[in-house]
Amino acid sequence: MAAEWQGKIRKLDDYRWEIPTSYKEGMRVPGLIYASEAMLRHTLEEKAAEQVANVAFLPGIVGHSLAMPDIHWGYGFPIGGVAATRVRDGVVSPGGVGFDINCGVRLLRTNLTEAEVRPKIEQLVNELYTSIPSGVGSKGKLRVSEKELDEVMVKGSRWAVEKGFGDAEDIVVTEGSGCIKGANPDKVSKKAKQRGIPQLGTLGSGNHFLEVAVVNEIFNNKTAGVMGIQRVGQVVVLIHTGSRGFGHQVCTDYVALLGQAVKKYGINLPDRQLACAPVQSPEGKDYLAAMAGAANYAWTNRQCIAHWTRESFMKVLGKSRKELGLEQVYDVAHNIAKIEEHTVDGRKEELCVHRKGATRAFPAGHPEVPPVYRDIGQPVIIPGDMGRYSYVAVGTETAMKETFGSTCHGAGRMQSRSAAKRSLRGADVLRSLADRGITVKTGSLSSLAEEASEAYKDVSDVIDVTQKAGISLKIMKSVPMGVVKG
Amino acid sequence: MEKEFEILEHTADVGIVAYGSDMKMAFANAARGMFSLITEPDDVEETEYRDIELTAPDQESLLVNFLNELIFLFDVENILFKKFNITELSNTSLKARSYGEKVDSKRHELKIGIKAATYHMLKIEKNNGIRVQVLFDI
Repeated sequence: MAAEWQGKIRKLDDYRWEIPTSYKEGMRVPGLIYASEAMLRHTLEEKAAEQVANVAFLPGIVGHSLAMPDIHWGYGFPIGGVAATRVRDGVVSPGGVGFDINCGVRLLRTNLTEAEVRPKIEQLVNELYTSIPSGVGSKGKLRVSEKELDEVMVKGSRWAVEKGFGDAEDIVVTEGSGCIKGANPDKVSKKAKQRGIPQLGTLGSGNHFLEVAVVNEIFNNKTAGVMGIQRVGQVVVLIHTGSRGFGHQVCTDYVALLGQAVKKYGINLPDRQLACAPVQSPEGKDYLAAMAGAANYAWTNRQCIAHWTRESFMKVLGKSRKELGLEQVYDVAHNIAKIEEHTVDGRKEELCVHRKGATRAFPAGHPEVPPVYRDIGQPVIIPGDMGRYSYVAVGTETAMKETFGSTCHGAGRMQSRSAAKRSLRGADVLRSLADRGITVKTGSLSSLAEEASEAYKDVSDVIDVTQKAGISLKIMKSVPMGVVKG
Repeated sequence: MEKEFEILEHTADVGIVAYGSDMKMAFANAARGMFSLITEPDDVEETEYRDIELTAPDQESLLVNFLNELIFLFDVENILFKKFNITELSNTSLKARSYGEKVDSKRHELKIGIKAATYHMLKIEKNNGIRVQVLFDI
C-alpha cells in the first residue's frame, strides 16, 4: 500500500473535508470528501484523495469534485466520486461512469416473513442459482438477435416487459423509467454487440449478487410504509448487477477514442483514464449515445433477472405471485452519467452528472421522483457486503444543494482482493456465513474470499456519515439470509 | 528463470507488473500475468490460437489495446490464453499469435472476471530491461 497521502486537506466540519484548488495546479474546483475522521484516515492511506483532486481538472466542472463516504481508490475517478460538468461547455468522461455502465441495484419486497422462507432457503438459493446464470463469462438463456439487441439499447426495461419479463409497474419505479433517451445502436461497436448478445440476462461475477434478505430495523415507519416495507421480519430481495461485457466494451472503445479527443481539444489531464471530450462535440455525443444503450441494456438485464427471481420464488414456495407480493420497490443506477438540471450559483444550469459508485438521491417533490414516492423522496438502495447488512434511504434537499442529488452506493472496499485471499479461505468464509444463518451459493470459492465482509468498510459507518451530513436519510436495514454470488 | 510478472495490489482492483529483456517479452508476460489472474496457467493447454493485429497512437495504448483484445476474445469465445508470440512490435503497431484453449469447467476454475485493462497507473519503463505496469478493472 502507498504511503499516506501528503496533499492539502481542510476540515470543514465533522463530516466534510475540502481539498483546496491550491493543492494542485490545474484543479478548477475544490475537492470535497464526505467522511468521518476515522474513515478519512483510511482514505488518505490510498490514492483516492489524489483522484478527487485529479477529477477537479475536468473542463466545465462545477461546485466540487465530490467523494461520498464509501470512497476508495479507483482507476481515474475514485469509486464514490461525483462530478457535474456544464453541458454547454464542459466535458463527459467515460471513466467517470466506469466499465460497468449502469451497474445498479433493484429491490423487491415480498409479503413473506422470515419464518416462512428460512426453512426453504437452501432450496430457494439453489433454484435462483440455477435459473439465473452467474459467474465469470456466464452466458444467458435469452439469446437475442442483433436486431433485438438494438431494441434493448433503445427501449431499456420496457423491452423486457413487452417480452413478458416483469410487470409494467416495475418501469414506473425504476430510475428514469429504466431508459435513457438518445441511445444510438450505430454508435456501439460490433465487438460490444458480440459481447452483449450472449450475456443478456446474467448476473456476472465479482461483487455482483442476488440476495434474499430480511428487514431487521425500520428507522421511519411512515416512509418505509410508502415503500411497502411494513415490519421487521419481512423478506426482501436485492439484485446487484450491470451491463456485463456489453458495457465493458463500450467503455473500453470510448476511453481509447476519447484519449485522442483529449489531444484534439487540447485538454490537460493528470491521468489518461480520465479521457474526456466536450459534451457538445461529436465524440462526446457519440459516447453519450452509446452509454445510453449500455445503461438501457443494464436495466433490461435487471428486469429479466427480477422476473426469474419471481418465478423461482413461486416454484419453491408454491405460492401465487399475488400471495408472494414481490413488487418492485425501486431500481437505482450507481455507475452513470445523467443530463440533469441543477442550480449553480443561483442559476438553473443543465449539467452532465457523473456518478461513479454513487447513487442519485433526489428529494421529495422532485419531478423525476415517481408519483408514489413524490412525498417521501427517491428511494436509495445501498447494499453492504454479503455478511452484514444493506440499507434503504431516501434523497434529500441537502443532497440537491451539495452533491447534485447524490449519495453513497455501498460499503466501499477496504482491503485488496489478494490481501483478503491471503487472510481468508473461501471455504472458511462460507462456513462463517452459514454460522450466521446465511446460505451462499457461488461458482467460485476464491472469489467468495475476495468479497468477504472483512474486505469491506462497515456500511453502517458509511450510512452514519450520509445521515449526519444530511445527503440521504436512512429508512430501513436488512440482513442477508440467502445469497447467489457470481 | 527470471521473474516474469508479479501482482500489483490495489484496494478494489488488481494490477500486473511484467518484466522482459525486450518489449515483446514484457508485453507477452503482461498477458500471461493477466490470464494468471483469471485461471491457473498450468491447467491450460495450447490447442488453439488467435491472431491479433493492432495499431494505436503510442506504445502504452498498444499494450492496453492488446490486453483488451484478449479480454474480448476470452469473453466472446471463452478462450483462456497461455502463450503469446509477439511477432511484430513497434511504437504504434503490434502483431501477435496467442495460444490457449476453450474453457472446460471440469478442468478450469475461473477465479475472477476482468472487465478491462485501464490507463490508470499505466507505465512502460526501460532501464536494464523492460518493466510494464497495468491496472485492471475487476
